[in-house]
Amino acid sequence: MRFGRAAMAVAATLAFGTSPVSAAELSIVSGSVGADIQELRTQLAEFEAETGHHVNIVEMPASTSDQFGQYRLWLAAGTDDIDIYRVDVIWAPQLANQFVDLRDAMADVIGDHFPSVIESQTVEGRLVAFPMYTDAPALFYRKDLLEKYGRTPPTTWEELTETAKEIQDKERRAGNRQIYGFVFQGAPYEGLTCNGLEWVASSGGGQIVSPDGEITINNEAAARALERAHAWVRDIAPAGVLAYKEEEARGVWQTGNAVFMRNWPYAYALSNGEDSPVNGKFEVTTLPAEPGSRSAPCLGGWNLAVSKYSKHKDEAIALVRFLSSRRAQKERALTYARLPTIPALYDDPEIAERQPIIAEWADVVEKAVPRPSAPTKRQYNEVSKEFWTAVNETLSGAASAETNLKTLEHRLRRLKRDGWR
Amino acid sequence: MTNATLGAPPTDEAMRTEEQPAVRSALSRQRLTSAWLFLTPMLAVLAFVAGWPLLQTIWFSFTDASLADLDAARFVGLRNYFEYVDYGDGTGEWFGLFFDAQWWNAVWNTVYYTLVSVSIETVFGLIVALVLNVPFRGRGFVRAAVLIPWAIPTIVSAKMWAWMMNDQFGILNDMLMSIGILSHPIAWTASPETAMWAVIIVDVWKTTPFMALLILAGLQMVPSDVYEAAKIDGVHPVKVFFKVTLPLIRPAILVAVIFRALDALRVFDLIYVLTPNNTETKTMSVFAQENLFQFDQFAYGSAASTLLFLVIAAITLVYIKAARLNLGGGR
Repeated sequence: MRFGRAAMAVAATLAFGTSPVSAAELSIVSGSVGADIQELRTQLAEFEAETGHHVNIVEMPASTSDQFGQYRLWLAAGTDDIDIYRVDVIWAPQLANQFVDLRDAMADVIGDHFPSVIESQTVEGRLVAFPMYTDAPALFYRKDLLEKYGRTPPTTWEELTETAKEIQDKERRAGNRQIYGFVFQGAPYEGLTCNGLEWVASSGGGQIVSPDGEITINNEAAARALERAHAWVRDIAPAGVLAYKEEEARGVWQTGNAVFMRNWPYAYALSNGEDSPVNGKFEVTTLPAEPGSRSAPCLGGWNLAVSKYSKHKDEAIALVRFLSSRRAQKERALTYARLPTIPALYDDPEIAERQPIIAEWADVVEKAVPRPSAPTKRQYNEVSKEFWTAVNETLSGAASAETNLKTLEHRLRRLKRDGWR
Repeated sequence: MTNATLGAPPTDEAMRTEEQPAVRSALSRQRLTSAWLFLTPMLAVLAFVAGWPLLQTIWFSFTDASLADLDAARFVGLRNYFEYVDYGDGTGEWFGLFFDAQWWNAVWNTVYYTLVSVSIETVFGLIVALVLNVPFRGRGFVRAAVLIPWAIPTIVSAKMWAWMMNDQFGILNDMLMSIGILSHPIAWTASPETAMWAVIIVDVWKTTPFMALLILAGLQMVPSDVYEAAKIDGVHPVKVFFKVTLPLIRPAILVAVIFRALDALRVFDLIYVLTPNNTETKTMSVFAQENLFQFDQFAYGSAASTLLFLVIAAITLVYIKAARLNLGGGR
C-alpha cells in the first residue's frame, strides 16, 4: 500500500513536473445520501493518483441536521482530525469563524461560478466555503401513469392533488394496492423546512423571515398552504411520510409505488439506473405553484470548507480546488445528475444528452428561493427547527395550521428579541 | 452471669468493658487512614470525570456561552432559567427554561416513558426470572439466549426496529396485515398516536432481560427450605408467591427498578435513532443535545442539562426514601 502510494507520487512527479514535497494524509467528512460516498470516492481516487496525497472519507448520516451537530462539536473542540468539511449551503454564517478564507486562494476561479452561490458562502467579506454542486428540487412524475389516465403534468398544487388522487384510486382499484399519489420529505428535520418553504412561498405566503429580518410567516396564505399539505397525508401520501427524509421518499418512488415525488436531482440519476423499476417511466418538471404565484424550489447545494485547525491547509485547498473544478463538476453531472455551479456547463451537449434534467434546470437554479439563513444569522438552525416543528405538527394534525403558525410567530419573536444575532 | 457460663455470646456490655479504649482508637485510626489511602485515587478520578464536567455544566448554565467560542462566556445570572423581557411598547414576556413549553413537554415525555416502560419491564422481568428459576433441561442455554436483546448495542437495535416498523417495507405491518389485524399499514414511529408506544415496545424488548437477570439473582438467594416448609403446610403456590417470594426478593426488585429508572430518565440514543424526533417523543436529553450542539444555545442547553440532573436526583431521592431502600448495605 505504502509502496503503491510512493510509486504514484513518483509517477505524478514525472507526469506533471511538480514535486510533491511529501504525500499528505487528508480527511474529508461528508454526509451520505444516495450515492454520495461512491461519488466522492471515485473522484478522490483521481486526486490521489495525481498528487500522491491520501484522502480518508469520514462518513456521516444522511440527515443534514445530524451532520451539523457533529461538525459543530468537532470545530468547537478545534480538532485537526478533519481537514475538509462538506457543508450545506445554509451553514456558512454559523460556522464562518472556524473555516479558512478561500477568497485569495480561489481568486482565479471565483468568476466561473454562479455569483449567487459564491455570495451565499461569503460572510463578512470572507469566502468560507467553495461550491461543489448546487441543488434545486424537482417534481418527479410517472409519465406512463399520467398517459394511461390522460392527465398532463400539474402546474398548480390543486392539479397535483387531483391528479394524484385520481391515479392512486384507479390504480388501487385495478389491483396496484401499494401505490400512493405523492411522496415528499415530512420528517421533522432540515428537509421539511425546504418542503414547507416551497409550499408557502409558492402560495404567496412569503419566506418565513423576510430578507430584512421581519417575521412574516403567520399569514393566511401560509396557513392555507400548510392545511393543503395536511390533507395530503393519508389522502394521497402514506402516513409514514411524517418520518420520511430524501431516501425514504425515494424508496417508495423507486419501487414504483408513487405517482409523484418531490426530491433533489440526485434521485433522477438513481431512478434511471439499470436496476431501477421506474427506469424510463418518469419525467421531471418544476414544482407546482398556486395560480398567481410562481414555483418556489428551495435552493440547496453543498460546498467545501477547509478547517482552520487543519495541519495540511495547502493540500486541503488543492483538494477543494480539484473537487470544485470544471472537470469534476462535469463528471458529477454526467454520472450522478449533480447540478454544476458553473453556468457554462448547463450548455454542455454531452451533459444535455446524458442527463437532460440539467439543461432544463438552468433557470430553476437561478430562480430558486433561499432559506432565511442570511437574515437570521447564527440563529438560523433554531428558526428552521421552529418552522419544521410547526409544519410537522400541522401535517400530523396535532393542531391546525392557524394555531401552529401563531405559536411559531410567538417562538420566532422570542428568538429574535431585539434583533437576530 | 448464667448466660456466659452457658456459652452464649457475650452481651454488649461485656464487649464494651473487654475492649481497651486506647487500643481501639489507635487501631481504628490506622484503619481509617488506610481506607482513605485506598479511596483517594477513586475519589480523584470521580472528581475529574464526573464532578468537574458537572460543575462546568452548571457554571455554563449561568452564562451566555456559545459553542463557537466557549472562552468568551460571560456571567448572566439566572437568565437561562427565567427572565422577563420588556418589549418597550407596554408588552413583555417571560423567557427561560421555566417558561419554555417545549422543555416541560420534554420533561413530561421522559417521565411518562420512564413510568410506563419500567413498570412493564419489571412485570415481564419478574415473569422471565420466575421461569428461569425453575430447573429444566437446557436452562443454561435459555438463560444465555434471553440476554441477546440486552447485548445488542442500542443504536443497532433501534435501527433494526426502525426498519421492522417501517410503514412501507416493515415486517411488522406485513405480519399484522397478513393475519388480518390491520387493514392498512401503520407508520409506527411517525404517527403521533403510536410514536411513544413504538419507543416503549423497543425498550421493553431490549431491557426486560436486564431486569430478569437482576431479579433472578434475588430469587436464587431465597433459601429453599422456606418453600419446603410451605409445601408441607399445603399453602397454595399463589399465596406462597405473594407472601413468601415477593417480600424476600423485594430488595432485589427495588434495586433493579432504580437502575432501570436512572437509565430511562436520561434516554437519548433509542429515541434519536428510532423516531423522527417530533414533539411526541422528544425527551430531556434530546432537548439538551439540540440546544447544546445544533443551535447556538450552549448556555441554554447547559441549563437544560443542569435541570435534567436535578430532576433525576430529585426522583432518585424520593424513590429511595419512599421505598426505604438501604443502599448502604448491612441489614
